[in-house]
Order: sequence, then structure tokens, then C-alpha cells
Amino acid sequence: MNGNHITAPQIIAEGLVKRFGSFIAVDRVNFCIGRGEIMGFLGPNGAGKSTIIRILCGLLRPSAGRAMVAGIDVATDPEGVRQRIGYMSQRFSLYRDLSVEENLKFFGGIYRVSRNQLPERMRFAIEMAGLKGREKDLVSTLAGGWQQRLALGCAVLHQPPILFLDEPTSGVEPTSRRRFWELIHTLAADGVSVLVSTHYMDEAEYCHRAALMNLGRIIAVGSPDELKRTTLGGELLLLEGENIGAVLIALANAPGVRDCSVFGNALHVLVSDAESSLEQLPAFLEQQNLRPRRIVRIHPSLEDVFVQLVASDMATRRQAA
Amino acid sequence: MNALQPIIATDRLRKYFGAVAAVDDLTFAVNRGEIFGLVGPDGAGKTATMRMLAGVMQPDRGTIVIDGIDVVAKPEAVKEKISYMPQRFGLYEDLTVDENIRFYADLFEIPARDREPRVRQLLDASGMSQFRARLAGQLSGGMKQKLGLTCALVHTPLILLLDEPTTGVDPVSRRDFWRILYGLREEGVTIIISTAYLDEAERCDRLALLHAGRVLYCDTPSALKRRMPGTVIVITSPQGREVRAAIATAEGVSSTIPVGDGVHAVVDNAEVRIPQLHAVLQRADIVLTDITLGEPSIEDVFVALLKDGSTRQ
Repeated sequence: MNGNHITAPQIIAEGLVKRFGSFIAVDRVNFCIGRGEIMGFLGPNGAGKSTIIRILCGLLRPSAGRAMVAGIDVATDPEGVRQRIGYMSQRFSLYRDLSVEENLKFFGGIYRVSRNQLPERMRFAIEMAGLKGREKDLVSTLAGGWQQRLALGCAVLHQPPILFLDEPTSGVEPTSRRRFWELIHTLAADGVSVLVSTHYMDEAEYCHRAALMNLGRIIAVGSPDELKRTTLGGELLLLEGENIGAVLIALANAPGVRDCSVFGNALHVLVSDAESSLEQLPAFLEQQNLRPRRIVRIHPSLEDVFVQLVASDMATRRQAA
Repeated sequence: MNALQPIIATDRLRKYFGAVAAVDDLTFAVNRGEIFGLVGPDGAGKTATMRMLAGVMQPDRGTIVIDGIDVVAKPEAVKEKISYMPQRFGLYEDLTVDENIRFYADLFEIPARDREPRVRQLLDASGMSQFRARLAGQLSGGMKQKLGLTCALVHTPLILLLDEPTTGVDPVSRRDFWRILYGLREEGVTIIISTAYLDEAERCDRLALLHAGRVLYCDTPSALKRRMPGTVIVITSPQGREVRAAIATAEGVSSTIPVGDGVHAVVDNAEVRIPQLHAVLQRADIVLTDITLGEPSIEDVFVALLKDGSTRQ
């Protein structure tokens, strides 16, 4: 499942634009998602993530450009698209006063799963969610992790080749969250293409590829590892010790330092060249009577990458304006 | 008051809603001037704890002492020492940013001449200075949270209680938010912040991992990571699924997690296992980009300690 050579794209967006009056929510966006690929869309609120999903679901007509989902043009056959997708939102949209079984039957009806297939699909969903023996339990009595897996079961009852997940795991207990992503990876391995929209960077780590969005545009795309290695425009140091506030101020004028952010009693310092900064920074700080306990090179997190890219995108736009 | 004494101490705090324990024998202490995190998933008891600390909800049992005051006995006495920002902070959507701030400044009885410098500093720090005339209802989620924080901070409290202030806030606004918190820490404000996001926990000075209304562990982020049983190794490969299948039952591997770029594995001893797993993958003819020692995340620690705790019981 390597994102670099996409086989059999299941979702294709070409020059996609969506305007609401004078506001451009989606601005000439291009991407494709392969069969069995998990693609994350990351961005602040208002970046255009949910607008893209609504277009791909056939709920919104694009103002320009074209979107193909499972070989169907969403603008000409939105109904056909809806038959081939599963959708799960962060609120899970389950009926809390219905039982597990009743929820599955209800969604089976909505997704028009045939009468003779439904028992088999319900068995699959119940097993996947780990809810065997609890079929008659009311959803409201289930812990968050189970509700979440049941919602996923409902979303894939009709075996859609494409699955949309909108911030699927916010606030869920970590063990359940891992089980959830195991399931998503199993579905992907069976060929399901998955589009995840989120602004939580740790959800993006589970994706094969991630597209970073800002103000309607994709500003970077790649696997989490690629993004961390190539897009930061520098290398990252971790600096620990007392008096972090003073160190932060001092580093603003240090040679080779491009950015600093505070993490508890530590700083993440973006530098042009880690090796030479590791050599020079201790002496530079020593001149101002600052002696950090430890300076080491670290791997950037996706959040480091994201914050940096959004900042430079904003700067570019300001220059252009 | 002794500076070395904890500014906040709870002892066997308990709160039931019917038969459900929201908070169950919760004991922790917060030091003066630190950022203390209450970290755990939804339902772990974070909000109930915050409400009891703020003196707006009575515990069924247990004690809370804040800066020498018994909060359970005298909830009103603590209110001038704290500023509490609940999950849904009451902003007036049809008032502007400025008008909201003025409203809270009046409420906290801040003299007019002291307001402007403070407000300007807070709005600058949150990057909101150019939005002072905008209606609160027209702000993005992240900006609303920053405005809520500004309103909660128009008076300088001794203690700031923030209940999930960054839920639904994007990473850029989240960094602004934390920059403000670190600034307050420099001023000596003690901050208690709750969050369901484990990556955010890394930013706290100390944190309590909450699970089912109890404190699972309480320590600094780096000390918690040292408690992690085993080491995380990062295997980068385009064939993640095959990697997992090949190493799942290998000696010394306690768990594997599929990620976008391959697999994270928890092993007993990285130095020994990395060459061994490398050999296993080579024998299986699996494309391997990299295999290296990883840094455990707080989530790794949480999951491992939960597993550990449940086997001990």
C-alpha cells in the first residue's frame, strides 16, 4: 500500500472549486485516492475539509472542476455515489434508545442491504465491533469505544468501496482508539478506500498519506514520514532545562534558529542545520548565563510540520495580497 | 502560606451520578505555579473534577483544599482566587469581541484604567487584535476559545481552571493558546487544564492520567515515559501489513500497531530486537525502508500502563 504509486484511483478530484457567494471554500484542489488507501485531510476549521467531503458525497455541487467517486461523476449521478460510500461522523449518529441490533437493521434499511444479505452483514458488523452477546443492549449503555465501532459497522453494512470518516476518534479511550484503527487498516487491506478528515495530528499518523489544507487549498501532501522529513525546511532540536522563558527570548536572536515553541519545560527549536546548532547553541546561551540541561536532535511531529507549513502559507498569501 | 505546600490538594474525592461513579477516590496535589494536566478519555471524570475544584458542584465525599481554604465547606470563599473556564464558556454571540471582554471585566469589577493594557496583551498573544469589532458568533472555533480565555483572564487569578479548552481547536490556534498559558505560568499563575488529547499532555509540567474516575498515574511527562514497560520501535515500510504478520509473534514483541508508514512495535529490548526483527523481515523478503528506536508517546504509555494495570488486578 504505497501512496507513491496509486493503483486504481477510487476518488479523483480535478480543479475542484466551491464558492459560497464571494467566499471560496475550496480553491482548485487536485488529488486522488487509490484502492485500499487511507488518506487524511488535515486542516484548521474552515480549511475546506468538510466541504470537500460534502462534494464527494454528492451533497454539494462543485462550482468548477470535477470529482469522480468509484468511477461516477458526482455532479451527474449523486444518487449513484451515495450507494457506494459509507459515512461516519464524529457524533457517530447512532440511535441511543435503540438496541445494537435495531440500529443495524435501521441502517441496513437506509443503505438498502437486501433482505437475504442482511443477517450475514449484521453478523459481520457485530463481530467487528466486538459486540457479540450484546445485540439486545441499548446503545446508550455502551462505552464510547463500542459505540464508535458499532457506528463503523453501520457505515460499512452495504460493503461500500469508499469510506468517509469525519474526526472519527476524538475523545475515545486510547485502547479503543487503537482497536478502531486496526479495523480501518483491515478494511483498507481488503480494498476499501478511506478518506479521514481531522484536525488532530495523531489521527493523521495512521493514514497512508495526508493532505494538509489551509484556506481552501492543499498546501502539502505525502506520507506522514515524507512530510516530516521533507517539508519542515529545517531540523528540529529539543532543549530541556530551567529558565525556559529566558532561553526562548535569547534564542530569538541566535544564529541559525528559525522558530521556537514551548512544550512544558522544554523547547522545540527549528534550526537550519542541527549539527552546527548543536555545536554553537550551548556557547551562545552560556554567554547569557543560560545553561540548558540537555539539547538533542529530535524527529519532528506532524504538528510541528503542520504549524510551520500553515505559517509559511499565510506569509506567502500576505506577500501576494 | 508555605510556597512549598501544594496550592491545591484533593483527598479521596468522590462523586456519583446515580449508580455511576464519575469520580472515585481521586487524590492529587498541584504545586504552586505549575501547569497540571487532568488527562483522560471522555467519561474519565475530568469535568466533574473541575466543577468540584471550582466550587460549583459538591462532592459526595472527600476534601478539597485550595490555598488553605476548604472548598467543600466554603465554596464561595475560593471564587475570588480562581478563574474557571468551563467547556462551554458563556460568550455572547451577538456582542463583539470587545463588548464580551468589557462585560466580563465589569463582572470581575476591574477598574477601567487597568483593563486596556491587559486586554491588549492578551489579544496580541492570541493573534486576535484585528478582530476586536467582530461579532463573537462570527469567530471560528479556535478564536472563540481564545476569546473565552481572554474573558476568563481579564482579572489575574491565582489559579486558572480550564476544562478541555482546546477541544475542536486547530493546531495553530492551539499553539497560540499554549503560548498564553506559558506566559501566565511565568507570572506565577497555577493552571489546571483537562484534555482528552494525549499529545497535548506532553505540554504540561505534570499530569494525572485519569481512568474511570481514578488517578492511574501522576508524574511529569518524561517520568511517565520512563515507566513505559518496553520500548517503541518504528518500522517504516510500504508493506505494513506483511511486516505486522511477520513480527506479531516474534520473540520479545508485546504489541504491534499499524500506522500509515508501516508499524510501531513495543519490544522488551530494542538493542537486541532491532537486528533480530531486521533479519526476520529480510528472510520474509519484505521491503524495509527503516527500522529504528522510537520515542514513546503519552498514548503508548497510557495503553501499556492500562494493560499492565488490568493484568495486575
